[in-house]
Amino acid sequence: MLGAILSGDFPRSRVLTVVLLAIFVGLAITPFAIPGAAAINTAAKICYFIVLVVSYDLLLGYTGIVSFAHAMFFGIGGYGVGLSLYALGPTWPVILLGLAIGLVVAIVLALLIGLLSLRVKAIFFAMITLAVASAFAILATQFNEFTGGEDGRSFRVPEMLRPGYRLFDGEVFGTAITGRLLTYYLVFVSAVLLFLVALRIVNSPFGRVLQAIRENPMRAEALGYRVVYYRTMANCLAAAMAVCAGAMSALWLRYTGPDTTLSFAIMLDILLMVVIGGMGTMYGAVVGATLFIVAQNYLQRLMGIAAAATEGIPILPKLLHPDRWLLFLGVLFVLSVYFFPTGIIGKLRGSNKA
Amino acid sequence: MTSAPATTASDAIPKVRLDLLPILLPVAIAAVAYPLVGNLTTWLTLTIAALAMGMMIFVIASGLTLVFGLMDVLNFGHGAFIAIGAYLAMTVLIPLSGWTQADSLALNLLALLLAVVVAAIGTGLLGWAFERVIVKPVYGQHLKQILVTMGGLIVAEQLIHVIWGGDQKPMTLPTALRGAFTIGDFALEKFRLLAVAVGLAVFAGMMIVLNRTRLGLLIRAGVENSEMVEALGYRIRRLFVGVFMAGSALAGLGGVLWALYRETLTASIGGDVMVLVFIVIIVGGLGSVGGCFLGAILVAMTANYVAFLAPKVALASNILLMVAVLMWRPQGLYPVAKR
Amino acid sequence: MAEALLTLEGVHTHIGEYHILQGVDLVVPRGGITVLLGRNGAGKTTTLRTIMGLWKPSRGTVTFDGRAIGGTDTPTIAQGGIAYVPETMAVFADLTVEENMILAARQGPPDPARLDWIFGFFPAMKKFWQYPAGVLSGGQKQMLAISRAIIEKRTLILIDEPTKGLAPAIIESMIGAFAELKRDTTILLVEQNFRFAASLGDQVAVMDDGRVVHRGTMAGLSGDETLQTRLLGLSLDAHQ
Repeated sequence: MLGAILSGDFPRSRVLTVVLLAIFVGLAITPFAIPGAAAINTAAKICYFIVLVVSYDLLLGYTGIVSFAHAMFFGIGGYGVGLSLYALGPTWPVILLGLAIGLVVAIVLALLIGLLSLRVKAIFFAMITLAVASAFAILATQFNEFTGGEDGRSFRVPEMLRPGYRLFDGEVFGTAITGRLLTYYLVFVSAVLLFLVALRIVNSPFGRVLQAIRENPMRAEALGYRVVYYRTMANCLAAAMAVCAGAMSALWLRYTGPDTTLSFAIMLDILLMVVIGGMGTMYGAVVGATLFIVAQNYLQRLMGIAAAATEGIPILPKLLHPDRWLLFLGVLFVLSVYFFPTGIIGKLRGSNKA
Repeated sequence: MTSAPATTASDAIPKVRLDLLPILLPVAIAAVAYPLVGNLTTWLTLTIAALAMGMMIFVIASGLTLVFGLMDVLNFGHGAFIAIGAYLAMTVLIPLSGWTQADSLALNLLALLLAVVVAAIGTGLLGWAFERVIVKPVYGQHLKQILVTMGGLIVAEQLIHVIWGGDQKPMTLPTALRGAFTIGDFALEKFRLLAVAVGLAVFAGMMIVLNRTRLGLLIRAGVENSEMVEALGYRIRRLFVGVFMAGSALAGLGGVLWALYRETLTASIGGDVMVLVFIVIIVGGLGSVGGCFLGAILVAMTANYVAFLAPKVALASNILLMVAVLMWRPQGLYPVAKR
Repeated sequence: MAEALLTLEGVHTHIGEYHILQGVDLVVPRGGITVLLGRNGAGKTTTLRTIMGLWKPSRGTVTFDGRAIGGTDTPTIAQGGIAYVPETMAVFADLTVEENMILAARQGPPDPARLDWIFGFFPAMKKFWQYPAGVLSGGQKQMLAISRAIIEKRTLILIDEPTKGLAPAIIESMIGAFAELKRDTTILLVEQNFRFAASLGDQVAVMDDGRVVHRGTMAGLSGDETLQTRLLGLSLDAHQ
């Protein structure tokens, strides 16, 4: 039963199993266990970033190609749902319509990018995705009468998902069942389902071909697999999942803008999460995303305290300034790529190569 | 490997095919843009601006494309050298403000020259360190290479924040380079002229080195087939480190020009240019210096004309340019013969 | 037999996960031409590349001129006096014939007398001196690749299938050139064309499945048709 749900791909490490269970249970009970908006905001962000990072790992870890356009697809999902709700009003069909528009746009774009660059040289793909994503981000901010420009767009969500909504009077475990709570569980359940779908994909025959291509493209081609076809398919699948993550973020934030979805900063975050968690393991993406976002929220505060404490010492306070946390992550990132490309998961699983 | 019959093969003088078609592209684009712009003065200004911008991009991109050609290394951290070069120049120019503010072209240029030399030497040395620490451990592993050089970029950008602070800095042009020469109602900005001159000088210098010196021949041979260069008894790695350093120094020089052109400076200044640089080296053909030169002019022209005609889609138009070129020649305008 | 110039003992070479050379034992005596025969995939090219340091042997020793060169890098091996003419010829297409030769001459500008000697074998090289190597015909590229290897005196030249895809008339002119060359230098020649090999070779080694299965004189092999059939099978006829 559990094997079927996880597609036979178990964590294969006791510590990892405990960590994953902790993340799952933690995310499931956050709204009831920890009061306040900060905790539930963090938890929701973890949920949609898990989907985003898992879908990116499908490309980077399983197919072995580097894309810099994943934040763009995330943005397409966010803008698709967000702008639809903004323009057509807060109803459920509009959400579905927005999601559908996002999916179509993203898949067509992913297909075009793939056909243009994956055919020639894999290294083109990294450069071309970078260029296309930059152009897209600029276009999105330029057409501000449509997209809200740099400010993005705030919009209303269906009645049921609004903070003021109550499913029923009274409370459960001392917590009112508000629209916010319902939105959270919508996001949470979607994340769990999408994660299981991704797990199914990588453990399917299709997923195994992807891994064969990653290990040795020439041999996969010689065995009769059309490498371009498989890479393009992986690109489209990853894009589609990123769109879903974008839609989830839009529903949760009730806002969509360049800084929350499209920007290159988000792209770097995704990269860091995948690599630190561990490339080529879906579970690594979960751990990486969770750790990263928790760290982002709490480590920065810690760094602020440390910076204040080291006031007066020459360079140290500047290094420890909360804004510099990317410096340490960057170093960690480079070291991870060198020394443990399988990331935290690789460490937890010991010598068993994923 | 197939050959014509021996008798004809040794007698016939082979035809050296001169591929001039791509060179006509900028002319064609300029010609198409003229009626759309509709005004001679504006068109001239745009064209000169495009040439200046193109030269700056070329200076930055040339090293990157050679580094790729020689060792199949694509350095996503190249943008860091652009920014660091610009910051180093700023650091030199601030105490020299007496010279830059003086109403003397000679003093202005001297200050600028000093700044450029410091920037180029500094980024060249950093390039050496970057090659050792970041690139060398991941030779031949494309995926790791992209990730690690990107990681290097993140770290470098953060270190710029630590060293120079995070705010946007002004980068003022020396007095004599401000303003423009006016010919009738046409204004020719002095700095653009300087940028074009520097770009052409770099291009000419590279062409002379690549075509007239043994070192240049080795680089060209290495871009084609590095293994055979080793089999002839040359150490390609040493050559590569040298080219990497030179490429980094050129990026530093380009960064100084770019920052002066924009008259402001931020740690992410490299990132904005790098998108154009990538488009340029793809359009030109990875590893080709001539292609890079032409690609830079093409990209800058497209960017400038479109920015005037329909400002919102300037960068998108460059993507379209790239797509069009790749559909015509999938390896870029001047593909490098690879083994 | 003359003193050994190059000796391979129990050499194993892996390329990725493939085990190509499985214990090669080979002796190339100083002077003359040693021919390496064998069907496609027997490991001949890999043997040459291993000698040149382009693949590292995973086991065994390679001794050249009294020194072990098994783990040495390619440039050092080349500087030690070995020249390599790969199967792909690897002429620098973007460079002129002259520039190709300039790079091949490590000691300085090519010696005019030596050049004339080379132009004697390959007049086309003189004719196309200023042309990019990319426009040469296949045979001319082969001549350039060989010229590069002999522009300065080398102790040993490794040549991989120089006659592949060439017209008979060019092969004839090449036989003349090689006959002259071998008076000056030791040559290890990989060849599929038995007639070409037989007319030039002094020593012969036959490879199969990553090992040397026969060593002897060329005369011995040429004169023994049963041995030829057993070692080389029908594959020879296909290449004649």
